[in-house]
Amino acid sequence: MIAEGGLAALWIAAAMALVQLVLGGSAAKSGADELMRATRKIAIVQGLLALIAFLMLIWLFVRSDMSVLLVATNSHSAKPLIYKIAGAWGNHEGSMLLWVTVLGVAGAGVAVFERRLDGKTLAATLAAQAVLALGFYAFLLLASNPFLRLDPAAPDGQGLNPLLQDPGLAFHPPTLYFGYVGLSVAFSFAVGALLTGQVGPAFARAMRPWVLIAWFFLTIGITAGSYWAYYELGWGGWWFWDPVENASLMPWLAATALLHSVTVLATRDGLRAWTLMLAVVAFSMSMIGTFLVRSGILVSVHAFAVDPTRGTFILALLAIYIGGALALFGWRVGTVKQGSTFQLVSREGALVLNNLLLSVILGIVFIGTLYPLVAQAMGQQLSIGAPFFNKAAVPVTIALVVATMAGPMLKWRKDKWAALGGKMLLPLAAAITVVVIMMVVMPGTHIVPLLGLAAAAGLAVASMVPLLGRNLRRTPLHIYGMVISHFGVAVCIAGMASDTAFKQERLSAMRVGETVSVGPFKAKLTEVRPIIGDNWSALEATLSVRRNDGAPFRLQPQQRYFSQPVTTTSEAAISTMVDGQLYTVLGASDGQGRYQLRLWWKPFVTFIWLGGFMIALGGLMAMVGRLRRERRVEEDAE
Amino acid sequence: MRRVLIWAPLGLFVLVFALVAGGLRAPANRAVKSAMVGKPVPVFSLPSLVPGKPAVSSAGFADGKVRLVNVFASWCGPCIAEAPQLMKLKQSGIEIVGIATADKPEDMADFLKTAGDPFTAIGDDRVRKVQFALGSAGVPESFVIDSSGKIVMQHIGYIGPQDMPKILAALAQAR
Repeated sequence: MIAEGGLAALWIAAAMALVQLVLGGSAAKSGADELMRATRKIAIVQGLLALIAFLMLIWLFVRSDMSVLLVATNSHSAKPLIYKIAGAWGNHEGSMLLWVTVLGVAGAGVAVFERRLDGKTLAATLAAQAVLALGFYAFLLLASNPFLRLDPAAPDGQGLNPLLQDPGLAFHPPTLYFGYVGLSVAFSFAVGALLTGQVGPAFARAMRPWVLIAWFFLTIGITAGSYWAYYELGWGGWWFWDPVENASLMPWLAATALLHSVTVLATRDGLRAWTLMLAVVAFSMSMIGTFLVRSGILVSVHAFAVDPTRGTFILALLAIYIGGALALFGWRVGTVKQGSTFQLVSREGALVLNNLLLSVILGIVFIGTLYPLVAQAMGQQLSIGAPFFNKAAVPVTIALVVATMAGPMLKWRKDKWAALGGKMLLPLAAAITVVVIMMVVMPGTHIVPLLGLAAAAGLAVASMVPLLGRNLRRTPLHIYGMVISHFGVAVCIAGMASDTAFKQERLSAMRVGETVSVGPFKAKLTEVRPIIGDNWSALEATLSVRRNDGAPFRLQPQQRYFSQPVTTTSEAAISTMVDGQLYTVLGASDGQGRYQLRLWWKPFVTFIWLGGFMIALGGLMAMVGRLRRERRVEEDAE
Repeated sequence: MRRVLIWAPLGLFVLVFALVAGGLRAPANRAVKSAMVGKPVPVFSLPSLVPGKPAVSSAGFADGKVRLVNVFASWCGPCIAEAPQLMKLKQSGIEIVGIATADKPEDMADFLKTAGDPFTAIGDDRVRKVQFALGSAGVPESFVIDSSGKIVMQHIGYIGPQDMPKILAALAQAR
């Protein structure tokens, strides 16, 4: 009965979304209070019902109810509980249910918490959120029912795929989903505002926390995903410009631009139309990214089950939502009045530059990701690799870092070049010092990592400047958030540049007893032996490693063979030190006693993910700080 | 101007939509095939990796001889496994040119001692430039070059005994 209950909850939720659309639509037109109150309540009920359906699905997975098709194909009674739960969203149907659940709950959140927005715009927003939800409910109920029964029930499930039993894989997708779907709220806000023409600081303040929280989850998701690919794939890299990675990067770039432009709108009432556009683009990128990944239309290292019918269904939804929103923009943006203006040298000017540069990077990633499709349409097969993205994106990123350094130092509305120049001296000195040191210590360093290190040093110093001359105790939390995020960007870039400039790689075919050296390390292959796991067998190499003359430690990379399905994976063995990581991978054997070993010494590579988490933390602090500050202002007003 | 800007995003989306809808109907081919097959060998010149072996240059390829270009490395296990097959090809009179990727002279000398040496020349492709120019994504990979210097066949992965008839047929046809 649980499955039927879940399905019923889903159907009723869909019906509620329809009611929400009608009520919200008429409330947006008439502005009647009763209609408005009813729309809020319906939105809350709709969110709760979606949540109930999702919890039912989790319950089915926890109970290992093998009479449900989805459980039988994706779970197994012997799985650890945590992976049974994660199994609920580790498949197409479940992940789509998670998607609508987050959509519904976010809509309910808007209905409960939103008090700042004018009534009509809020009603239109909730109506827009209902339209989004309706499409995905239709997709679930008509083409991807997660509660389908299996008769007779299976004796046990087939989903014991050990590759999927990894904490990274269990929690990485939902984190990204929170980010993607969180942006749907910004999208609905923009649609609502386009319908009523009410765009201003109050609107921006209402939208900002949603953008920040979505951005926080996206940042965490991308950072965690990057680390997962780094240790799991065994290729030693942390970013591959794979379509799946790009699919998460594109909404992040748009959301980063949006959270900066929304600040201009909230503080100075500028960039009205542009902010609306970005809100539409950010969620559109989420949907396009998810579609590209799920439809299997682009070749990627991530494989998902491909189903053309579903692909067509989602594509139709995308056409309606994105096309509809962009058409609405074209039609209605004329009614949005011009906001306040500003001088070129000002905080707004720097933020506009930030937005333009982020948009350029977004364009580069978008073109690079989709170009193979263009080529295919012209009868060619090709893929776009890292060289294109690096060459095109790195110079723009460096320019963006400079804008990030300058922005927080500038005054709103109008500032002077001379004042900016004075404040930029210290960061510039830091950047130049790094370049000079590098030229002396490591002449011949490639220009890209050199610029990266210089930019990181400059930004690290510049990010602290907003704290100068402030009473640190009375400095608002959102300022600390900004400082930590910007400093995190510097840390992250430092990690990338350091790994690119200083990493040392050693490839060799070794016999037991032989020693290789990489960087300051000497690694002796002491043993290679077969070991047996739950449902895999592996070859495990034991390396006895010494750093210079330090105490030896052991690293044991594995080459794992799974029988169901037949897969080979490299389990890299990584030793993390304060100043970097030693990364070792065991490859194939030649059948005559030699084993392929790959060792990397990666100085400060961990800064990449440390920086990523700092960026996310800063976003969270900014959100909490803004909300608290606004509450205080409201209380003072009362 | 403002009108154009306002409607441009929608126009762009329609284009992308058409592209994606078209792509959805044509299933992609998943093998990483080189786009260079059927084209002349790209122009390159590599220094010699080990003393006593000549360097490799594409200029010498269009001389009427059929060649097998083998992209390999001393650190690569499957490359050792395909060595016996390469030795057989050499004994049947095929000229085999090696392109060593990300390798070191001393490691290569060691490799040639243990695995055997079927190569007439070995080029030092330390930064994998030539490998990528050939359209090869990994090691080992082999390319059959015909008498006019054109790439006529790409073999991905190691050459096992089961692959020999296919390779020999391609070499015979390239003459």
